[in-house]
Amino acid sequence: MDAKLADTTGVDNPASLADAPPPRKIGPAIIRFLSSPTALIGTIGLSAVIFVAIFAPLLSPQNPYDLMQLDILDSRLAPGSESFAGVPYYLGTDGQGRDILSGIMYGLRTSLIVGIASALVAAVIGTTAGLLAAYSGGRIETLTMRLVDLQLSFPTILMALMILAILGNGVTNVVIAIIIAEWATYARTARGTALVEREKEFIEAARCLRIPGYRILLRHLLPNCLAPIIVIATMQVARAIGLEATLSFLGLGASVTQPSLGMLISNGYQYLLSGLYWISFFPGIALLITIVSINLVGDRLRDVLNPRNAR
Amino acid sequence: MVTSLIRRMIQAAFVIFAMTLIVFIGINVIGNPVDILINPDLNQAERALVIKHLGLDQPLWSQYLSFIKGLMQGDFGDSFVYKRPALEVILERLPATLELALCAMVIAIVVGLPLGLYAGLYPERISSRLIMTGSILGFSLPTFWVGLMFILLFAVQLGWLPSNGRGETAMLFGTPWSFLTSDGISHLLLPALNLALFKTSLILRLTRAGVQEVIMQDFVKFARAKGLSQSRIILVHILKNLMIPVVTIIGLEFGSLIAFSVVTESIYGWPGMGKLIIDSINLLDRPVIVAYLMMMVILFVTLNFIIDICYTLLDPRVRLEGKG
Repeated sequence: MDAKLADTTGVDNPASLADAPPPRKIGPAIIRFLSSPTALIGTIGLSAVIFVAIFAPLLSPQNPYDLMQLDILDSRLAPGSESFAGVPYYLGTDGQGRDILSGIMYGLRTSLIVGIASALVAAVIGTTAGLLAAYSGGRIETLTMRLVDLQLSFPTILMALMILAILGNGVTNVVIAIIIAEWATYARTARGTALVEREKEFIEAARCLRIPGYRILLRHLLPNCLAPIIVIATMQVARAIGLEATLSFLGLGASVTQPSLGMLISNGYQYLLSGLYWISFFPGIALLITIVSINLVGDRLRDVLNPRNAR
Repeated sequence: MVTSLIRRMIQAAFVIFAMTLIVFIGINVIGNPVDILINPDLNQAERALVIKHLGLDQPLWSQYLSFIKGLMQGDFGDSFVYKRPALEVILERLPATLELALCAMVIAIVVGLPLGLYAGLYPERISSRLIMTGSILGFSLPTFWVGLMFILLFAVQLGWLPSNGRGETAMLFGTPWSFLTSDGISHLLLPALNLALFKTSLILRLTRAGVQEVIMQDFVKFARAKGLSQSRIILVHILKNLMIPVVTIIGLEFGSLIAFSVVTESIYGWPGMGKLIIDSINLLDRPVIVAYLMMMVILFVTLNFIIDICYTLLDPRVRLEGKG
C-alpha cells in the first residue's frame, strides 16, 4: 500500500524501474546524467562534501577532538573573530572554545560514515532477502514479505526508538537501528524487480543449463535488479544521515567526544535563546548541503536509470 | 467481504502478539532488567528479595504471561520517575500530542492541497517550479534543524512567538487544550508549523501528481468540451478524483505525525508523549518505555486495519482480489 501511494508522489518511485532491463551504455548515461543543471549542482556539492570529510585533518584549522588545542578563553566567539593567539575562527566557536568550521569538517566524517555504512549494510541484507524471496518463492517468500510489510507499517523513527530503547544509546546502536529500520525498503524493491526478471528467458536458459541457484542469483538476477537498488541506496544514505542527526539531537546517538553534525547542532541548542546562532546554524547548513546534494544526485539517477525515460 | 475482514483482524491480532514478544524479549533478554531496576547499592540478600518481588526469578515464559496479563488490563507497572502507573502518565500526555498532530495535519492540508493543485494545473509557470523546488527543500531539510531556526527567527530575533511549553490552556471534555486560548495558540503555532513541514511537501507532491494524472482523462476533456467553467472542472471533477489518494495518505500519515512529534516536542518543550518517551529512554524508565511502545504498536496496527477496510470499501478492485 505504501509503495502504491509513494509512486504517485514521484518522490520515491524506484518500483517503476522494474519494467524493463536497465540501459547498458555507461558513457551516454553519464552525459545524460550531468546534462541536468540540478544534477550537476548535486554532484559538485556531494564531491565537495566527501572531499572535505576525507581530508578533514589536512583542511581544518584545528583538531576539535584534541583537548590541548582548545582554549576555554575562546569559547562562544562570533564568526569571523580571532583567537587569543590571533588565529581566525571563520564560523565562530562553541561552548568549549571549539572551532565550528573544524567541528563541521570532522562531524561530516562521522555523519557520512554512519550514513553510508548503515545504508550499505541495509542494502546488502535487504537485497539478499528480497532476491531470495523472489527466487525461492513459497513459504520463505510469504514469511519475508510479511515481515517487510509489518516493518514498513511503522514509521522509521519509531522503529529506531524501539531499537535504541532495547539496545541503549551510542553510535553503533544507532547504525544497527538504522539498518533494522531500513532493510525492508530494499527487500521490497529487490523482490519486486526480481519477480519480473525471474520470468525472463535468460533466467530460464540459465536454469536449463543447470547453473547452480546461488550463481543464477548472483550473476544473472542481481545485476539486472541493481538499477532501482542503487537509486534507493543513494536516497537512503541521505535518509540515514538525517535520521542519525535527529537521533543524536535527541541525545540518543553520537558521543560528545566525536560529535556528528546532529550532535553539533544539539550542542548549540542551549545557546540559541541567547542569540548565539552560529553554533547550531552552520552545522545545520552543512547537513542541509549534504542531504540535498545526495537527493539531487539520487533524483537524477532515477531518471537516467529508468528505461521508460530513455530516448 | 466478511471473510477478508476476519482475515485482516486475525492478521492484526497476530502482529500485535508478535510485537509484544519482540518488545518483551528485547527489554528482558537483550537489556538486563535487574541492572536497570535495582539500586546497585543494595546487598545480595536485599537484591534477591527485590528480584523475587518483581517476579524476575520466575522462568521467562511465566514472566511473559504476566506481562501479557498486565497488558490486557492496561497495567505496565509504575513509572520509576513519576511513581504512578505508566499508562496513566502516558495517557495524561496524549491530548497534548494529539492536539499538536491534528494542528500540523490541518496546516499541511490547508497549505499543501491548494499549492499542489496550482502546481499541477499550471506546471509550466515559474511560480509552480518554485513551489516544487520548495517542496524538495521540505523533504530534505532536517526537521529538527528547521525547528531550531524557527526558534531563532521567530522567538529570538523577531520576538513574535514563544518557543517553549504549551502556554495557557483551557478545559474542554476534562482535559486542558492550548488552542482555546490566544496564548495557547501562539505557543502551538511554531511546533505545529515545524511538524507540518514534511507532510505539507508530501501532500503537495501527491496532489500535483494526482492532478496531472486526472487532467489527461477523457472525462475532464469532455467537461471542457461541454463548456463547463474552469472552476467547476477543478472543484468538482478534478478534486473529487483526487480525494481518494489524498484521504488515504492523510490517514496513513497521521500515525507518523504522532511518531515524529517526538522530535518537535523535544525542541519546543511541548509536554506530550514524544517528549515523555525521550526523557524516559534517557532515564531508563522501563515501564513507561514499554507502555509507550505497546501503545504505538496498537495504534499503528489499528490505523492500518482501518485504512485496509476503507480501501476495500472504496476500491472495487481490492474487493475482487480478496474474493479470488
